Amino acid sequence: MQTRRDFLRSGGALIVSFSAASAQGPFDTHDSHIDPKKLDSWLAVGADGTITAHTGKCDFGQGIFTAQTQLVAEELCVPLSRVKLIQCDTAVTPDQGTTSGSQSTPANFNSQGLALAAATAREALLGLAAQKLGGSVDQLTAADGVIADAAGRRVTYAELVGGRHFNLPLDASAKRRSREQWTVLGKPVPSLDRVALMTGRFEFVQSVRVPRMLHGRVVRPPGMGATVASVDKGSVRDIPGVRVVVRKDFVGVVAETQYQAGLAARQLAVRWSPGPELPAQRSFFEHLQRQPSRDTLSVDSGDVERALGAAAGVLRAQYRYPYQMHGSVGTSCAVADVRAGRATVWSATQSVYPTRSIVAKLLGLPLQNVRVIYVRGSGCYGLNGADAVSFDAAVLSQAVGRPVRLQFSRQDEMMWENLGAACVVEHRAAVGADGQITVWDRADWVASLGNRPGYDRPGNVISGMLAGYEPEPLKPGPAKAPAGKLQNQSNAVPCYFAGCIDGNCGGGGMIRSERVLTHTVRSPFFTGPLRSPLRIQNAFANECFMDELCAQAKADPVAFRLQHLHDPRIIGVVQAAAKAAAWETRAAAPAVRKTGVVRGRGIACVDYEGGNGYAALVAEVTVNLETGVVRPVRFVAAVDCGPISNPDGLRNQTEGGILQGMSRALVEEVTWDNRRITSADWETYNSLHLDYEMPTIETVLVTPEGVPANGAGETAITVTPAAIGNAIFDATGVRLRELPFTPERVMAAIRENRA
Amino acid sequence: MQQITLRVNGRQHAVKVDPETPLLFVLNDDLGLRGPRFGCGMAQCGACTVILRGQVVRSCVMPVRAVGDDEVTTLEGLGTPEKPHPIQQAFIEEGAAQCGYCLSGVILTAKAVLDGKPDASDEEIRIALGGVLCRCFAHTRMLRAIRKYASGNRQHANPA
Ligand code: FES
Ligand code: FES
Repeated sequence: MQTRRDFLRSGGALIVSFSAASAQGPFDTHDSHIDPKKLDSWLAVGADGTITAHTGKCDFGQGIFTAQTQLVAEELCVPLSRVKLIQCDTAVTPDQGTTSGSQSTPANFNSQGLALAAATAREALLGLAAQKLGGSVDQLTAADGVIADAAGRRVTYAELVGGRHFNLPLDASAKRRSREQWTVLGKPVPSLDRVALMTGRFEFVQSVRVPRMLHGRVVRPPGMGATVASVDKGSVRDIPGVRVVVRKDFVGVVAETQYQAGLAARQLAVRWSPGPELPAQRSFFEHLQRQPSRDTLSVDSGDVERALGAAAGVLRAQYRYPYQMHGSVGTSCAVADVRAGRATVWSATQSVYPTRSIVAKLLGLPLQNVRVIYVRGSGCYGLNGADAVSFDAAVLSQAVGRPVRLQFSRQDEMMWENLGAACVVEHRAAVGADGQITVWDRADWVASLGNRPGYDRPGNVISGMLAGYEPEPLKPGPAKAPAGKLQNQSNAVPCYFAGCIDGNCGGGGMIRSERVLTHTVRSPFFTGPLRSPLRIQNAFANECFMDELCAQAKADPVAFRLQHLHDPRIIGVVQAAAKAAAWETRAAAPAVRKTGVVRGRGIACVDYEGGNGYAALVAEVTVNLETGVVRPVRFVAAVDCGPISNPDGLRNQTEGGILQGMSRALVEEVTWDNRRITSADWETYNSLHLDYEMPTIETVLVTPEGVPANGAGETAITVTPAAIGNAIFDATGVRLRELPFTPERVMAAIRENRA
Repeated sequence: MQQITLRVNGRQHAVKVDPETPLLFVLNDDLGLRGPRFGCGMAQCGACTVILRGQVVRSCVMPVRAVGDDEVTTLEGLGTPEKPHPIQQAFIEEGAAQCGYCLSGVILTAKAVLDGKPDASDEEIRIALGGVLCRCFAHTRMLRAIRKYASGNRQHANPA
C-alpha cells in the first residue's frame, strides 16, 4: 500500500491515468484500462486548482450530472464552478456498467465510487497540508480549495497536487462529510444545463457533427421476423452518391445529406420474406398464459393451497398490462467514425462500456481500438433506440470508410424499440373474520425477448438480430424453491408479504401464507427496461388488488395498508402522503348517482425494488359517467429515498414521473396487426400532449436518519397507475383491471357493473 | 442542387441544397443550429419548431424553397446564454425541462401565442400547445414558466 510520503516523491504532469495492465471492471467480465480502485481514475486537481472528476454514471435529463458535480464540490470543499465533470467516455472514465435501474445514487453517493474517491482526495489533501504546514490534520480546515491552519497559514490544492497524480488507492475508510456539514450537496442547486438548454445551445447527440461526415438511414423489415430475399441496389441509382449497405438482414443507405439518405431509404427496392404471423392482439393475454415459460418462485410458504381451501371466501382477480413504449421525443441517433481499424462512436447509450464491447464484436475490432463517448440524447426512460442506433451507425461507417451520422425515422424508432413488457397477473387471497388478510397467492406471466445487450449479446436488440445474432435464449423450465435472501427487484412480491425464505423474512409486511410465481414467456416483440420495468406493472396489479381486499373488508385503504405493514419506511411514506392529502378515514364510497361527473380518491405505495426507495401516492380523480373520461385532478406524493442530493432535482423527477405514469395509465398502449406494430407514430401511439389539463402535484420528501441514499427517479411513477385505478373505484365502484383506462374501457366496465 | 438565400436569426445565409430539403435539415446541417431538432418528421411533435412570419412552423415538413425572404427565428435566435430572452429566463428560473429535447416547440409556441395575444388565458396557451409533445412530462414547470413570462414578469430580461 502506498503512503502519502510515496505520493510526495512521485510527480508527473499526466492527469489521466492509463495503467499498462488492464484491470477487471467491477461490473462484468471485460477489460478496462481504467482501474476503479485508483484515485487518479476518478479525480485530478489541475494546476489552476480545477477539479476534474470522471464518472461512469451519465445524465440523460434526470439531473445526475448536477448532483454528481455537487457531490464532488461538497466532498472537496470547493464551489460548483471549480468542478469539471466528465461523464461516460471509455477512454477516460471508470467502467460503472449501465446508468439505469435507479442505481446511480446508490453507486456514487454512499461510500463507494465517486463519493469515496472525493472523500479519499479530501483526506489526502488534508494529510499533505498537515505535512506542509506542520501540525495535525484536525487543526486544519478546507474551504474554497484552500486549506488553512489555526494560525491562519494557508496552502491551496493546486500547490499541493496541481497537475500531478495522487498515486493513491481509494481508501475505503475515508470519511464522507456529514449531512450537517453539507453546503452544496443536499441543496436545490439549479441544474447546470439549464441556460444552454433554454437558449438552444445544448449539444445533444443529435447535434454532433464531425468533419467529412455522411448521413445514414436504415431500411427495416416490414414486420417482425422478416428476412431479406433480395436488394436491388440499382433502384437508388438516380440519387447521387448513395451507397447501399447490406449485412444479412440489416439494410441501410448512406448519402451526402439527410434528405438524400431519406429519399434513398424510401426508394430502395428490397424484397422481404415475411416472418411468422403475430399472435392476435385481441386474445394476446390468453396467448401469453398458454406459452412455455421459465418459472421463478420469489417466495413460497408452502401452505397457500391449504389456506385458500380453508378460507371462507377467496377473492380472485386478473390484471393486465399492455406493451408500452419509451417513445423518446427525439428519435435515436449516433455518429460513428470507423476507419483504419479504429472506431469512435458518439452515443447516447446508458452503457458506454458494454456498447464498446458490442461494437468491437460487430466490427471485428480489438476492444482497445473502440472508443464510445457518451453524448446526451432525448430523454430515454430506459433502453430506447440509443444502443441499436449506435451499432447501426458503426456498421454503416465501417462499410463506407467515412464518419456516418445516423438518426432513426419515427417509424424505425417505434416499430423496433425494446418495448416495456406486457404482462398478466393473477391473484387469489382471503381476508379473515378479524379483517386481516390470511393468505395471498400470486402468479404472473411476463413477455420477454432480448434486453440490454450487455457486453456480449448484440441480438438483444433489433440491430444485432438483423446482423445475425440471436437474442438471449429463454429456456423454459420449472421453478426452483426460493433460497437465500428475498429478491424483489421487480416488485412482484407485494410489500404486505412477510417474504420469508427459510425463516428469514425480508418482506415489509405481515402476510405469512404467501406465494409469488413468475412465468417468463417469449415475447413476439423485443422488450427491455422502460422506466420502472416490471415494477410499474406489478405495483399496478398488487396495489389495486390490495384495494379489492380492502373493499371486501370494508376498511379504510390507508388503515388497511398500515395494518399489514411493519417496515417503518413504507409506513412512513403512507402516513406522510395521507397526512399531506388530508385523507379522510373511511371505506371506499362509490357514488350512487348514475350520471354526471363523480369524484374519488385512491392510494398506492411501493418499496421500490424491495428497498431502493419508497413512495406513496394519493390520487384524486373525476370520472364522467356518460363518457368514461377519467381526469386526475390532484396527486400528493410522499417519497423517501434517504439523504437527498438535490431536492429540486428530486421534485422535478417525481413530478415528471407521476405525469408520465398518468399518461401510461390513461392512454398508452402498443398496437399491432398480424405482421407488425401499428402504433408507429404520435397519431397511432397516444401520449398526453402539452394541452392536457394537468392535475396539481404536491410532493412531500421524507428523510429518515441513518439510512443510505437510494434511487429516486422511478419510485413515484411506479404507483401512479394503481393510485388512479383505486381512485376510479372509489368514485364509481367499478374496478378496472386492464391498462390503459381509456374511456371505452371505463364505459364498458360501468355498463357491466350496472347490468 | 440550387443556391438558396435564407435569413435566419438576423443573418443572411446562402446555401447550396436541393430545394425540396426540409428547412430543419438546412438549419441543422448547413447552418449548424442546435435549437430545432428532429423528432418525427411528420408535424406531430413540435421538436423542430421555428418562427416564420410571426407563426410557429414545423420546419421538418417545410421545404426550404418555401421559406422565401422572411426571417426564420430558432430557439437560439431569441436570446443568448449571456442575455436570454425573458421567456427563456422564465424557463431557466423554473427549471422547466428535464432532457430539454422538446424545448423549441414549447418555448417558441408559447412565445408566438403571447406575442399575438399578450393577455391570452392559461386555457388558450394550453390549447396552442396541443401539437407539442414532452415525453419527460415536465409540463407542470413549463406551464409555470410560461405563466411567469406572460404575467409580465420581465424584470430579469437584462441582467447587469
Ligand atoms: S420533428 Fe417536426 S413536428 Fe416532429
Ligand atoms: S424535457 Fe424531455 S421531452 Fe420535454
